[in-house]
Amino acid sequence: MPRTLLDKLWDAQVIDALAPGVDLLNVDRHYLLEMRAGAFGVLEARGLPVRDPHRTVGVVDHVVSTAPGRAGGAPWTARHLATMREGCARHGVMLLDQDHPDQGIAHVVGPELGLTHPGMLVLCPDSHTSTHGALGALAWGIGFSEVAHVLATSAIVQRRPKSMRIRFEGLPPAGITAKDLALAALAVVGAGGGVGHAIEFAGPAIEALEPEGRMTLCNMAVELGAKIGLVAPDEKVFAWLRGRRHAPPAEHWEQAVASWRALFSDPDAVFDREARVPVAGLAPQVTWGTSPEHVVSVTGVVPDPATAPDPVRARAWAAALDYMGLQPGQKLAGLPVDQVFIGSCTNARLSDLREAAAALGGGRVAPGVTAWVVAGSQAVKRAAEAEGLDRRFREAGFDWREPGCSLCVGANGDMVAPGKRVVSTSNRNFVGRQGPGARTHLASPAMAARAALAGAIVDPRS
Amino acid sequence: MQRFTTHTGIAAPVPLANLDTDMIIRVERSAGLPRAELGPYALESWRFRQDGTPNPDCALNRPPHDAASILIGGENFGCGSARETAVWALQGFGIRCVIAPSFGGAFHENLFENGMLPIRLPAEQVAALQALVLRAPELTIDLPAQEIRGEGVTLPFIVEPLRRTMLLEGLDPIGLTLTREAAIAAFQARDAQRRPWLQPRAA
Repeated sequence: MPRTLLDKLWDAQVIDALAPGVDLLNVDRHYLLEMRAGAFGVLEARGLPVRDPHRTVGVVDHVVSTAPGRAGGAPWTARHLATMREGCARHGVMLLDQDHPDQGIAHVVGPELGLTHPGMLVLCPDSHTSTHGALGALAWGIGFSEVAHVLATSAIVQRRPKSMRIRFEGLPPAGITAKDLALAALAVVGAGGGVGHAIEFAGPAIEALEPEGRMTLCNMAVELGAKIGLVAPDEKVFAWLRGRRHAPPAEHWEQAVASWRALFSDPDAVFDREARVPVAGLAPQVTWGTSPEHVVSVTGVVPDPATAPDPVRARAWAAALDYMGLQPGQKLAGLPVDQVFIGSCTNARLSDLREAAAALGGGRVAPGVTAWVVAGSQAVKRAAEAEGLDRRFREAGFDWREPGCSLCVGANGDMVAPGKRVVSTSNRNFVGRQGPGARTHLASPAMAARAALAGAIVDPRS
Repeated sequence: MQRFTTHTGIAAPVPLANLDTDMIIRVERSAGLPRAELGPYALESWRFRQDGTPNPDCALNRPPHDAASILIGGENFGCGSARETAVWALQGFGIRCVIAPSFGGAFHENLFENGMLPIRLPAEQVAALQALVLRAPELTIDLPAQEIRGEGVTLPFIVEPLRRTMLLEGLDPIGLTLTREAAIAAFQARDAQRRPWLQPRAA
């Protein structure tokens, strides 16, 4: 019987079938984040050990300061870091601590260190764990209670989601990035379009993407409502992974790759849902509202709630316009911005920083605009510095900061002031996401860089 | 885990699509406060306007719905972040059950993990219930019978059987999985043969 990629990944991890559609699954890799380190205490209160400490990797990304020299941080930063350090030390869990040369955002450092492989089941208490699906891993975000379960059992109880395929039709024009593809999919499918499904991204535009671009896309599968995003792993992925520190060792490499080559949806596999996103004439995309589905082309205008498809959306659009300080019919291009953030698990890899730096030309950040670059990891930061990217950003007037989640979520105290407008390469434009009253426009690194120079939203192709 | 059997309480409409977990609990509350102190901040970004005054469009800001223990939400309720603090905040606010056409994935799991009951109903039924509870706010959620009862209405719902049993009996998920230790060990032994490249190595 033909199987989807989801089926193949899932079936290989079943320890036990608990009920129809409900399985106990094996967990290969667990990235533990500092804000969830209290889960060690749940085990300790019950007298339980961490079953397989080597399967868990401790990461500090949400609460760490991104200030040079790591000054500052939030009032709760020290407490979470202490709980994490003590817990990892007590249970023999590897920790990529704040001053570790491999520190960074979980969804950047995991792939970068070769800790995530095709075929693995990967969990982390963060919804953007879907990122790891770009390498052909079955990966999703879990809650605190499930962290304790995974630590104690190296397993998770899960209902098999339905399967959905999003086919990108055609090849996008030059200058259209993976972020534009993700936003275009949101415009078509909506923020709830993938609920209850695992989404496989497919089509020539996806095959043409490098692994880092696929990570940007799978990262935002959760913004489409799915817990899981997937791209069938291919030779590009295998080449990208080869030789990384925790990639399969040389003596097992060929055997590993041979097994990974079977990880694709069979040609006649049937998906529960299919969607198509035409990308042949795609323009750069940007959000105007407070849901990631509030997307338009940068050449477009803010929509009118009177044209919304249903009353619930009409109310949502009106509320979003009010929060964002926008009028129906207003052009996005030319809208003044106060702040620019280039960073996050969506867009803070080396390829993203190269894209942003290239968009700078020799320009300078507009007067009055605060512009930050927050590399996704220490390794990304070092590589960017080796290429001189940091110098180009600094000379243009950007702050060059230490790795972490930073302004994407504000868990470390990095926030945008009320009423201020920010162009951000992150993943969520929710009300208050980047600070109470902050007005977020999601965009690609190239568009964010150009917005910093112009002091306004601009078409990066112009 | 806290049991859920039959619950009778006030239900409040939350007629917002794609209500995200940042709206349910702001990040500085989530990161900065202990679990027991999250309740007063549940749905803060909806209950209050930016100037700190109560949002007049929010049913939770006036009696009888300010005493709600049941929420009737919109599509994709609890989307976004996997933060379990969103569920803890609602729990601290007094919520036991959330009814909606669909739920954010991690939020849905987190409700069950905390002995709370998410109920999926067709969008038309949810809209009808939202209207009903504005004039007749009391609902009974009967999990053994899998039905919702309100004034002049009885609606059946379905909860996947294993989850239903877990809630009715207040079973402990970790404890249950630990009873399957032999199966876990057997899987790991087979897997070591199948995928030898995953075996732990010296760093």
